Amino acid sequence: MKKVKHTTGTSECNRRQFLQGMAGGTGLAVLSPASVNANEPEYAETPSVLVDVTRCIGCRSCMRACKQANDLPNNTDLTADFPGSWDQADLRFDQWTVVNPVKGRKADGIEVTRNIKSQCMQCLEPTCVSVCPVGAMTKSELGPILYSADRCIGCRYCIMACPFDIPKFEWEGGMWAVIGKCQFCAHTRLAEGRLPACVESCPTGALKFGRRDTMLFEARARIKTQPERYVNHIYGEYEAGGTAWLYLSDTPFENLGFKSDVETAPMPPLTWDVLSKIPIMAAAMAGLFGTVAWSLNRREASERREASETQEASE
Amino acid sequence: MNGWIFILACLAILIWVALCLAYDKRPRFLRPITTITVLCIWVAALWTLIRRFSEGLGAVTGMNDAAPWGLWIGADVFAGVALAAGGFVIAATVHIFRIERFKPILRPTILTAFLGYMLVAVALFIDIGRPLSWWHPLFMWQHHSIMFEVTWCVILYSTVLAIETSPPLLERLGLTRLLKLVKITTIPVVIAGVILSTMHQSSLGSLYLIVPGKLYPLWYSPLLPVFFLISAVAAGMCVVIVESFFSAKILKRGLESILMRDLGRAAAIILFLYLAMKLADLAARGSLGLVFEGSLQSRLFLLEMLGGVALPAILLSIRRIRLLPRWLVGASLLVMAGIVLNRVNVSWIGMSVSDQLHYIPTWMEIALSLAFVTGGTVIFLLAVHYLPIFPETGDEPAETRPNPLSPGVHSTAPPSKAAAFRGLPR
Repeated sequence: MKKVKHTTGTSECNRRQFLQGMAGGTGLAVLSPASVNANEPEYAETPSVLVDVTRCIGCRSCMRACKQANDLPNNTDLTADFPGSWDQADLRFDQWTVVNPVKGRKADGIEVTRNIKSQCMQCLEPTCVSVCPVGAMTKSELGPILYSADRCIGCRYCIMACPFDIPKFEWEGGMWAVIGKCQFCAHTRLAEGRLPACVESCPTGALKFGRRDTMLFEARARIKTQPERYVNHIYGEYEAGGTAWLYLSDTPFENLGFKSDVETAPMPPLTWDVLSKIPIMAAAMAGLFGTVAWSLNRREASERREASETQEASE
Repeated sequence: MNGWIFILACLAILIWVALCLAYDKRPRFLRPITTITVLCIWVAALWTLIRRFSEGLGAVTGMNDAAPWGLWIGADVFAGVALAAGGFVIAATVHIFRIERFKPILRPTILTAFLGYMLVAVALFIDIGRPLSWWHPLFMWQHHSIMFEVTWCVILYSTVLAIETSPPLLERLGLTRLLKLVKITTIPVVIAGVILSTMHQSSLGSLYLIVPGKLYPLWYSPLLPVFFLISAVAAGMCVVIVESFFSAKILKRGLESILMRDLGRAAAIILFLYLAMKLADLAARGSLGLVFEGSLQSRLFLLEMLGGVALPAILLSIRRIRLLPRWLVGASLLVMAGIVLNRVNVSWIGMSVSDQLHYIPTWMEIALSLAFVTGGTVIFLLAVHYLPIFPETGDEPAETRPNPLSPGVHSTAPPSKAAAFRGLPR
């Protein structure tokens, strides 16, 4: 997708305008995004990125751009000779995206190495937001999931619950450790109508930014036009109820270390179904125990009265 | 490696101390050794705390991004809360169901639960990454979160327990008016406590409902909240048994042996229910085959279910065994160990992928956990010493018989079993 043009220079940017700009910026969207069978129509406009694994050369420009855009320390050696001589990089609380070469077997048995970018998948119905006890993780109006250290208590339930193991904790932080994860440059660049730093820095077009329905349409178009090149699976279309980041690959995703056991239904209802019944259960228990205690007490009191009466009578 | 040696050494010392207490063979040198051990643990714990608050959780714990919750959550918080369940069970038995003969053990049980919850609160304070923001859930609500419910339950139930624990203190201080107020509100407070406990015990299980892909299928179940609640009730009863036994021992008072037997029988029934539900659940989800697959998870699951549930359930359901206080206490200790293992399994072993453990607790984590246990015990003993917690006597005054632990049960017990005890080194 070409760069979003319409908002450059204006600080005032509302969501509608921004998204219209996004749609206008891509030729495919004009075809008819409405005909795309997005799994959730309400998320059709969510800003989304399509990652084409076959196009990534592993240059790690996106990692550098991410560090720069988010003022993160550069603690991974990104200067080593290209390609492939650098160490495995892990997501950290201060390293929100990584690209690593992963060896995997294609469907026809040939072993290949693919460069896999990881970052927060930006779930449409995010688990981390639902489990956070203080609302430190929030889904922004645009769609990306934001983290606010001001609210966070550091319970690390988001790390435990995330189906993609994305949020990371500052283990060396004394009293004020933080959680760190990709926030899709939502507050900074998206709000100004610019692309996320990683997408902008990608030299090969492995990352493509646009509305989610458009990206799904694009992904299907690529699969359809080159069925021999791609596996017929868009990772992120249904995983964890759908994510804003979508992946295309020529190698089955489970062979490249993608989590294959992620539920396709949204995760938050797993706990909400229990949690939402608690008020009724508590009220029922209060009624039950209250009645039992009250009636037993009354019976005891009347027994005591009778006992004293009979005692008096006998005297 | 150091960690494992430390664990084994600590376990050996704990078992030795427990055995010595249980069999009333207190060598003359035990007392100083116990004191020195406890002091060493506390110094290690203090060192751990200083480093945790200055250098962060990574410096003192084995936790990492692949295993964000460690021993402090699994053993101290989850198991601690489960073991404190005796508080609401006995409170409900006495105050709601009016089974008044359990009254003699009410105060010590409530006190244990209160101390347990205080320690859980302290453990949580140390474990969260931003300890000084612990109050955020009170004002920043996110009611879709189980953790939000857990936090509120801890705070509210601790308050309830504080009210329930206050009468001995108020009696000692002579604040009769306040005492009267507390007594009037007893029943509503107890009912609130039962509701909060039920919610809290089960919500600790609900925490794991969100990770169907991560928690091993032997433990993951939509019924997790129910399992956590039921197992906690059984374990709470067993804690009461063990605690009555040891405090009778240490404080040289008589034993509430009839109450202990009744509790043992009730615990057996609940354990059988738990076992049946667990089996039915595994069968319904088609995970029964995993039990015998021979992986680390399956072995620990078997150990937990056979050693911590099935065996004590069978022992406790045999009348003859219930009549022997030491067997009763032994079976109860098994149940307690079983529930600690269960909570550790869920939070640690079950959350590890395949046989690879992402997390090994450090000696500092273990030291702090042991400091919680020993600290709680010391506070309990101090409270019992200074406050009217225990009734004056149990079955019979301790002075009337040389060994307060055999309240006339040897006549009913088969002599062979009694002899078996004498075979132990004196």
